Amino acid sequence: MENNKSYFGEIGAALKTLGTGLKVTMKEYFTPKTTEQYPENRKTTLHVAKRHRGRLVFLRDEDENYKCTACTMCEKACPNDTIKIVAHLEENPETGRKKKQLDDYQYDLGDCMFCQLCVNACNFGAIEFVNDFENSVFDRDKLVYHLDKEVYKGGSLPNLIEGGAPLTIGKFNTKTK
Amino acid sequence: MYDFSIVTRWIDSLLRHTLNLGDFWSILIECILVGICILTAYALIAIVLIFMERKVCAYFQCRLGPMRVGPWGIFQVFADVLKMLIKEIFAVDKADKMLYYIAPFLVIIASVGTFSFLPWNKGAVVLDFNVGVFLLTAISSIGILGVFLAGWGSNNKYSVVSAMRGAVQMISYEMSLCLCLISAVVLTGTMQIGGIVEAQHGAWLIFQTPVTWLAFLVFLVAGNAEANRGPFDLAEAESELTAGYHTEYSGMGFGFYYLAEYLNLFVISGIAATVFLGGWMPLHVAGLDGFNAVMDFIPGIIWFFVKTFAIVWILMWIRWTFPRLRIDQILKLEWKYLMPLMLVILTLTTVWVALV
Repeated sequence: MENNKSYFGEIGAALKTLGTGLKVTMKEYFTPKTTEQYPENRKTTLHVAKRHRGRLVFLRDEDENYKCTACTMCEKACPNDTIKIVAHLEENPETGRKKKQLDDYQYDLGDCMFCQLCVNACNFGAIEFVNDFENSVFDRDKLVYHLDKEVYKGGSLPNLIEGGAPLTIGKFNTKTK
Repeated sequence: MYDFSIVTRWIDSLLRHTLNLGDFWSILIECILVGICILTAYALIAIVLIFMERKVCAYFQCRLGPMRVGPWGIFQVFADVLKMLIKEIFAVDKADKMLYYIAPFLVIIASVGTFSFLPWNKGAVVLDFNVGVFLLTAISSIGILGVFLAGWGSNNKYSVVSAMRGAVQMISYEMSLCLCLISAVVLTGTMQIGGIVEAQHGAWLIFQTPVTWLAFLVFLVAGNAEANRGPFDLAEAESELTAGYHTEYSGMGFGFYYLAEYLNLFVISGIAATVFLGGWMPLHVAGLDGFNAVMDFIPGIIWFFVKTFAIVWILMWIRWTFPRLRIDQILKLEWKYLMPLMLVILTLTTVWVALV
């Protein structure tokens, strides 16, 4: 703020800026509120952006085959030791070449900090984050997912993977059912 | 116009003549009745105000505010009060225990004391002394003592800083607050609250002279500072001093400060409404007798509450709009701007009264 005004000039400037502030908040008082009432709106107006990182899943093709090769790049990339991969070497009887075979892909949601380093590290596009965010359970052990065993078919809410309801800002998102 | 003194006279005659009690007993019973009424109104208005503050604040911040406890969150305050009542009160080590325990009561005494001066309706002014305004400012300054003792007694450096700030600020702003009241006293010619309201029968005080509305604005600013709210809440600047002078209070000790803060807001608004907007006096325009008669049909208590809550809302609007001032800015505002302005207004008012 320039402070080279006279005594009365300062008063005038002060009143002007105070008036601007009051005008802004007054306008805000009457705009529709942005609060979302979550449990009520989960089947109606809930919007969760597609890029939101809710949990890790395996990407699968039509035949539900995953692309993971147990290379453990994601396990090494993870800062929290969230991912644990168990694999064994298996010899191909035709070619005689040994290849890693995935036994268990353990992903501990409770330790995950959703940094996406594992997804970035993956050379095969085998894993991705989805916006399925309703993951709370009563037991920590239930947060340990075995991604190779489960076939992820969308989250707890219909259409959530696609983002749910269209994003509306400044609407009373309080509808139930 | 409904006159509440019918009810009070009836109770008085019931005690004195029908029940044949002496002076002592009838006055004692009346005092207890009035005390209970005041404390009940105090608690109820506190609940309304806290809920209003939370909702108004939320709406200014594009939120909904409390929505879960009861429909539209209306039981939120009851839950808060219940929580506060069952919390343990404990003192800090090496705190000055006596000051520590006395301080909340000083604050609440000042708050209830000033609250009792408000004129609710025609004939329902609880404390109606001939030195009303004078006594009112005297009682309200007990609150400063409460703030100061709380900060000093808490054995907490933040509390001491806050107490210093609070005392400096409240004592400074008492100045222009009193000058505002004095300019009203000059206009109405009486210090009695009832008399001030009666003097606004023709027109509210802000319409009586061309400068009184300025005094009203200054009163709102100074009153806001006096209630430690809004841009002047640096006594409890939560970003710098945790919670200021009531950092070390828990349970109802804190509850008293919380209550007093909101009731001080109401009292300031009530006094502003009484002194400048006519209290329970309906809106009268000179010459429009039909209009005046229609306005008289609305009971005085409704007029009082509408005016008071309108001012409360304006003060909340100010509080949730402006950022907190620095201590030097607060003192500069008072001593370099508001007080000289009030002295000019007082002079102009006196000249007006002398000449017009």
